[in-house]
Amino acid sequence: MSTLTQPPETGASDFDALLARRRFRWPRIWRQPLMIIGSVVIALWLLVAIFAPLLEPQNPLAQGSARLTAPSAAHWFGTDTLGRDVLSRIIAGSRVSLPLAIVLVILSMVLGSILGALAGYLGRVVDEVIMRITDLVFAFPTIILAMVVAAALGPGLQNAVLALLLVSWPQYARVMRSMVIGARNNEYVVAGRLLGAGVATSLIRDVLPNVIAPILVLATLDFGNAILLFSGLSFLGLGTVPPTPEWGSMVSDGVKQFSSWWIATFSGMAIFSIVVAFNFLGDSLRDVLDPRSQRTVGGRSI
Amino acid sequence: MTDGLVLDRASVTYRQSLGHSLTAVDGVSLQIGSGEVVGLVGESGCGKSTLARAVCGLERLSAGSVSFDGAPVGRLGLRKREQSLLRIQMIFQNPYASLNPRRRIGQQIEDARKINPGDAPRVAELLAQVEIEPSAVNRFPHEFSGGQRQRIAIARAVASGPDLLIGDEPIASLDASLQARVATLLRDVAVRAGASLLFISHDLAIVRLIATRVLVMRSGRIIEEGPTERIWNDPQQPYTKRLLKAIPVADGLGRLPEIDELVD
Repeated sequence: MSTLTQPPETGASDFDALLARRRFRWPRIWRQPLMIIGSVVIALWLLVAIFAPLLEPQNPLAQGSARLTAPSAAHWFGTDTLGRDVLSRIIAGSRVSLPLAIVLVILSMVLGSILGALAGYLGRVVDEVIMRITDLVFAFPTIILAMVVAAALGPGLQNAVLALLLVSWPQYARVMRSMVIGARNNEYVVAGRLLGAGVATSLIRDVLPNVIAPILVLATLDFGNAILLFSGLSFLGLGTVPPTPEWGSMVSDGVKQFSSWWIATFSGMAIFSIVVAFNFLGDSLRDVLDPRSQRTVGGRSI
Repeated sequence: MTDGLVLDRASVTYRQSLGHSLTAVDGVSLQIGSGEVVGLVGESGCGKSTLARAVCGLERLSAGSVSFDGAPVGRLGLRKREQSLLRIQMIFQNPYASLNPRRRIGQQIEDARKINPGDAPRVAELLAQVEIEPSAVNRFPHEFSGGQRQRIAIARAVASGPDLLIGDEPIASLDASLQARVATLLRDVAVRAGASLLFISHDLAIVRLIATRVLVMRSGRIIEEGPTERIWNDPQQPYTKRLLKAIPVADGLGRLPEIDELVD
């Protein structure tokens, strides 16, 4: 607790001096352990996704005679019911989950931010309509609503993304709306309007750049959530279609073969590691960007 | 109608909860001719800022009218401001909020130059007028002090080639040593640009320094108006007398204005 009451810089002065001598100073954000762990794990997964074809020991779709074999030198993570190599499938699965999560987060961020900004800036009827729709979406548990939509559209990657987009934009809309409402009465926004800026110019030039940071943090936090949701849909059989290697459906396979622990465990750990990494990253970002938690950050930085 | 700004029995009423309403500006009529420097004084909460916002079209009038050079000033809704009204510009009270923190000074002044109907002075000239070094164009607002930001805001307002500048307590959040300097600077810049100036303040001493005519406002009404020296030397209304008595005198005796005279 004593570190919290002291000014954060005093304890680190020796370290700072050392860094200053080396004429290089890591930005504050990179001096948090959680941030470093999260980034390293994400970077590793990104590398895996990029070089997947080189890293896979075997063809992830090739079926072999050795079914449900425990982890061994030939198959590090064992094989599944059809004799496919689990390690290769997990590596190939990163090429499905990661890009889809990125697409999903970006799409819902863009859609939610635009609608939220319009609701906050225009107010009145527009605000009411958009916010009642977000309330409607929020009223249902996320995964259940996504299941309903995915079931209605039929299984498949595209439909899964659509379903998840439908359930994940409202949180961005809400945050954006409240930020814009807070910012639109700032004197520089009014001054811009007095200088002849229209609504669109005012929003894009004066309002958005000043409120975008929390949205980006929310998006980083949401990456993990998106992967989890997507794996959840696949687990329920509403996401990817077999034989596509996807972590959620692999966990589902593993559950059916409960004695072959390796199938569900390793794919589950893949989901776990990347979700936790994104949460670390998002939490650290939020701590650094949120002035109210600055002191806590100062106490924890290394 | 005539030139300049004309308010004809303008009122602004805020609706409050449970059917209550607050008339912040109550039937104010006034006129500001071109090139005039007018001071508007009054205590906090008397409706000065609401009046300023109404002149810019930022408040809805509940009665009366505001017009500028004969053109009525409507409420600024979601549409762009009308071309003829762009010549009314405002300088705000809080220098820390009046510049966009994410854009460079030069860009912000450039935006204002674009709507100047004539030949806008160059950004460097504008900055020189308000005594800011020209290298400021590539810097962001947080790199400047409150007084500097207020001067940049003045440069921005002037860049648009205004005919009427409104200073809504532009010096209230500056320290005492800067107040007179920024106020006279604002007056000089406005006069040089050929704009009239409505200077709002609760500080009569500063207003005396720069204004030729003074309006005294109380509870939403203009209760006294006249040339600055007349108001200063021969106030008619008891309220104006009390306002003048409330100015601290720097005579080294450390006296404060007598409080019992300030209270009704």
